[in-house]
Formats: sequence, structure tokens, C-alpha cells
Amino acid sequence: MSPNIGVIVFPGSNCEKDTIEALTDLGASPRLLWHADRDMGNVDAVIIPGGFAHGDYLRPGAIARFSPAMEAITNFAENGGPVLGICNGFQVLTEAGLLPGALQKNAGLKFLCQEVELRVENTNSVLTSQALEGQTLRIPINHFEGNYTCSDETLHELQIGHRIILKYSENPNGSVADIAGICNDNRNVVGLMPHPERACHTLLGSTDGRVLLKSFMEGAHAKV
Amino acid sequence: MVYDAFIEVNLREGIADPQGSTIEKATANLGFEGVVNVRVGKCIRFQIEAENEVNASSVVQELCDRFLTNPVIEEAIIKIQVVE
Repeated sequence: MSPNIGVIVFPGSNCEKDTIEALTDLGASPRLLWHADRDMGNVDAVIIPGGFAHGDYLRPGAIARFSPAMEAITNFAENGGPVLGICNGFQVLTEAGLLPGALQKNAGLKFLCQEVELRVENTNSVLTSQALEGQTLRIPINHFEGNYTCSDETLHELQIGHRIILKYSENPNGSVADIAGICNDNRNVVGLMPHPERACHTLLGSTDGRVLLKSFMEGAHAKV
Repeated sequence: MVYDAFIEVNLREGIADPQGSTIEKATANLGFEGVVNVRVGKCIRFQIEAENEVNASSVVQELCDRFLTNPVIEEAIIKIQVVE
């Protein structure tokens, strides 16, 4: 059975179709969901894709977090449903309080659009269950506000809880502890700045994103 | 009553401010000596109707906490003034 995955579209999202394409190619049954809808139509998992929800006005994710769909996603996540935020989606999840910390402007003040090397730090999450610990993945980043920031206490919690799941091999944006992706306490909510959906086909230069999306599909399947 | 609300949003102390440090370097490059601790924030202004200043302040404070700032990295300085 191929999992039903909802991809939330906000005004200003721009990676939803890439995400649908990659998931379809991997055998999932994805569909777009509108941010203003509370009803998520019994999906098995939810992805908040990249882009600039509501123009990133005020702060990335600051307005998106109050969308009706976010209420539904919060309930879904609390019930163990797999939730993935990619790039802007990660920013939305931190603003919504589903993941700790915040993403601020890159240390070098440059919009970064490049392939980076990631290291899988932990495989106990809905995004990394099929990957190998220590595995390196080449996946693109595409952001201006990807500099992960949190308090020392939060960083300590992330570290002792093994909730840092992906790190940059070479820190491109100033993120604390080279963090590229984290998960929540229950390991069903995950956020990362890199774009796995853009590394799912040889034509795109890398297929390293597939193992992450496959893991997520497996998590969605387990939910079924 | 109608009040003017002026909110200054700044990065919390200890949070790196890449814009501030870039501007600081530029001031030195331009020949301005002794410009230090440059921090960049933003200001948000609006008017708000409330029964009195205390009520206006408490609404604006809540608005800042829930929406206008991200308390993880930012803090707000709020000024409220009755519209003349």
C-alpha cells in the first residue's frame, strides 16, 4: 500500500510540486492540501514544503503558523502522525513550537543555493530510519534563513536526546553545532533545511534524498 | 481611546547579528572610528483602541509574545502613547 501524504500549500510555497514529483516517483500517493483547510482528509503523513509562505513577512513561518491547517497538523503530530518540514517548512515548525529553536539569517548574510554534504547522526526518526548512522548524503540547500539557533539548554536537550539527526559536514550558514535537521521528542516530527526532494533523480545530480523520503514513507506506512 | 504603539524588535543579547557585524565592519572601512556593538532590529508601528493605557499595553505585550517577536531569538521594547 502506498502511503497517502499530504503536502501543505501556503500562498508563497514553491517546492510543493517537486515534493509531489519525488514522492510519486518513490511510489507514494501524495496530494496537495490547502493551508486554509482544517480537514486533512485522512492522510498518513504531512509535509510542509519549501518556499516563502506568506512572503516570509515578519519572519519566515510567523504568519503561516496560524493557518487553520497548522492546528490540524499540531493535533496530527500529537497523535504520533509523521510530519516533515523542509526548509521553509522547518521554519514554520519552529515558529509553531512543534520543534525547538529558530532559524535566523545565514552567518555570511548570503542566500545559499548549493549542494552540501550531510552526515546522518541518528537513524531513530521518521526521516532517517532507512539511512545508516554516519552515512554522508549530498543534498542541496536553498535558503537565506537557515542558521539554526537555540538556547544552550535546548541544545543540551537535543544532544542528550539524540535529536540532532542530520549535521552539515562543512557548516555553510552558522548553524549551532552544524545542525541541518532535528526531530521532536517522539521522533515523528522532523525539520531540515536541505531539500531531499531535489536530490531524488540522477538528472538532478544526486539521488541521496531518496533514502530520507523513503524513510518518511515507511513512517507514514507504519502509521497506516 | 486610541493609542500609538511603537514596537522595537531586537535580537536578544548573545544572539549573533550578522547584519550588525557587517555594518560595523563597513563603518570602519568608511573611516568612522570607534563604532562598536552595532545591532540591527526592526520597528513596527500601529494604532490600537483600548479603554486605557494599561489595557492597551497588555494587548500589545501579548501580541508581541505570540506573534510580533520570536521569543527564542528576539525581544521587544514597547512604547504606548495616547494619540493627541
